[in-house]
Amino acid sequence: MSDTLVAVLILGGVGLVFGVFIAIANKRLWVWEDPRIDIVAQMLPNANCGACGLPGCRAFAEQAVAGTVTPAQCTVSGEAAREQIAGFLGVDAGEAVKNVARLLCGGGSDVAGYQAEYRGLSTCAAAAAVAGGGKGCAWGCLGLADCEHVCDFDAIHMSETGLPVVDIDKCTACGDCVEACPKSLFELRPVNAGLLVQCKNLINGDDVLEQCKVACTACGKCVQDAAAGLINVATGVAVLNYDKIGLAEPHAAERCPTGAIVWLSGAQFSPALAISGSA
Amino acid sequence: MMSFATGFRHGVHPPEEKGLTSHVPIRRMPYPDELVLPLRQHAGKPAKVCVKTGDHVERGDVLGEADGFMSVPIHASAAGTVVDVGWWPHPDGSMAESVRIKVDRFAPQVARPRMVPHWEGLTTQQVVKAVQDAGVVGLGGAAFPTHVKLAPPKDHHVHTLIINGAECEPYLTSDHRTMVEYPGRVHFGIRVMMRAMGVLKCVIGVEKNKPDAIEALRRTVPDDLDVAILPLTVKYPQGAEKMLIHAVTGVEVPSGKLPVTVGVVVQNVGSVSAIAEVFETGLPLIERIVTVSGHGLRRPANLIVPVGTKLRDLLAYCDGVTAEAAEVIIGGPMMGQALANLDAPVIKGTTGVVVLEKGETREAAVYPCIHCGRCLDACPVFLNPSLLGDYARTQQYEQMVDLHLSDCMLCGSCAYVCPANIPLSQLFQASKLALRRAQPAVA
Repeated sequence: MSDTLVAVLILGGVGLVFGVFIAIANKRLWVWEDPRIDIVAQMLPNANCGACGLPGCRAFAEQAVAGTVTPAQCTVSGEAAREQIAGFLGVDAGEAVKNVARLLCGGGSDVAGYQAEYRGLSTCAAAAAVAGGGKGCAWGCLGLADCEHVCDFDAIHMSETGLPVVDIDKCTACGDCVEACPKSLFELRPVNAGLLVQCKNLINGDDVLEQCKVACTACGKCVQDAAAGLINVATGVAVLNYDKIGLAEPHAAERCPTGAIVWLSGAQFSPALAISGSA
Repeated sequence: MMSFATGFRHGVHPPEEKGLTSHVPIRRMPYPDELVLPLRQHAGKPAKVCVKTGDHVERGDVLGEADGFMSVPIHASAAGTVVDVGWWPHPDGSMAESVRIKVDRFAPQVARPRMVPHWEGLTTQQVVKAVQDAGVVGLGGAAFPTHVKLAPPKDHHVHTLIINGAECEPYLTSDHRTMVEYPGRVHFGIRVMMRAMGVLKCVIGVEKNKPDAIEALRRTVPDDLDVAILPLTVKYPQGAEKMLIHAVTGVEVPSGKLPVTVGVVVQNVGSVSAIAEVFETGLPLIERIVTVSGHGLRRPANLIVPVGTKLRDLLAYCDGVTAEAAEVIIGGPMMGQALANLDAPVIKGTTGVVVLEKGETREAAVYPCIHCGRCLDACPVFLNPSLLGDYARTQQYEQMVDLHLSDCMLCGSCAYVCPANIPLSQLFQASKLALRRAQPAVA
């Protein structure tokens, strides 16, 4: 027998053995997977943004078919897509409150001062690492647009006063801006929550107004005007209790001497302020 | 060829600029009208405040108690009245909870009589406790609690105590002057530490550009102690802990490990003299030696400054800044941080204050990396700053962890040599902060 034949026979034999093994394994270890998962996965946006809290659209599809999530919990897909998935699965689309990113700072360059000039790498992360970035308020927005760059949905654009303007129609509450902000100024909040405290400074009293005209002085007027337990100023800044946000009324914001707490019926800052295409 | 016994590989040679203050004797700065003492002055947990507005405190009284073993107390650096406990600008640019004291103008500023424990009769635990109670931290800049270093883990044997007198940062001369003027105190601190830790050998590493310090230390070495003074090559960052260990012992500290794993403990000259002060006078760490220097300053000096002195008062005492002054840096120009607010106080970790002039600070255009490799030749811990910089710019922080970002000590050598002006160390600092936010355990 020639060497060539030996080689062919050995390789062929090995191939045959593994082929049989794979064929058996395929039969024995076969797991039934709901074919609807693939179909639902195709109906999802496939942005894999994670806004639903699950690791990607495939995982969401599995959970939707299993019935542990409702189609509406995918806040990124539109009304039509949700109905399509609900109709296909024969379930109720469900109610999911749309969350959007809200900025807990109202101190643009028109109302908040700078104590030093920052020169260096033009990102918020880098500026925050060097002496806090030069802004008078140590808690405030630095305005160097890390959130704008990280947003996959083109929903954030900087305004002329250096604050990020969130397009609430485009925002999917994926949370990338929440992670990107070195000052942790973004929070994902229900779009219909109404009340919002646009400040995070912890200084108690009017001293803070030297740095920013729209800062929260923790005067407590909103606490008196709002339902009991909704707002707390014990930490030096008004903090909303989102478990009781259903009790929020517009007049809680009316007596605020600085305008740190606001009543929103839509976008936080006017979309017209955004400098489009500045990314 | 240069022997590895006196230096380390890589590193850079920035202009020293020490001539401004290296010959200026240490002076004491008078007490300012108001002191600000942040509760967070050290690595580890901040102290817990234990005074309230209106309280009268004497010099050396406790303002904040240590919160656990990885923490030290904060003491009043002058007698006076607590006027506020609240937020105040911290030299790192953030806001920190601070105790503000209005200094009593006519107080004799004599500390309350206190027991000075006789160090020879104390056990290791008692020495550790005394050092912690005195609030002593590493005075080289990182402000790591000193008593933690005095109590190394039981499974490690420490054979050598290394004293860091390299002071490789440009401008700074506070350690230099300490060695020249108080060599006896340095040796006494060494004696206490060696006894407390049961270490028989000590090496003081001093860069060769301080011959007067080497001479003063050599002259005063006690006969009964095995203390060697080792002249080191003049190179930045010779004073970094791992570089110094390599220079003295020839051993490299493994990545991510503490110096005790190779049997050494490193202490700064300033920390050693602070320990000496504790066992000489019983006074806690309430003042430190600060170099105030730079061409933008009218009268550069080495000063004993009460901790908590506002930088505004400190610069005013040095006759203020020149008309050309542009930037104030806390620490040295290589690793120090630009300061945004002169109301921030001198804290325990403030080694120096440098005022730069307009011509010395420049906003140079940043060009793309040309992969020349100079940063690789400069990095003292043999990282690849060029590749790390690429990852930092594109925010691929996990890849940076794989390239040992955690070994980067932000010495700034890479950014110093970069011909494209890429602010590498700032990128790395931002990356470290981002990683710490995302996964607290890694960076």
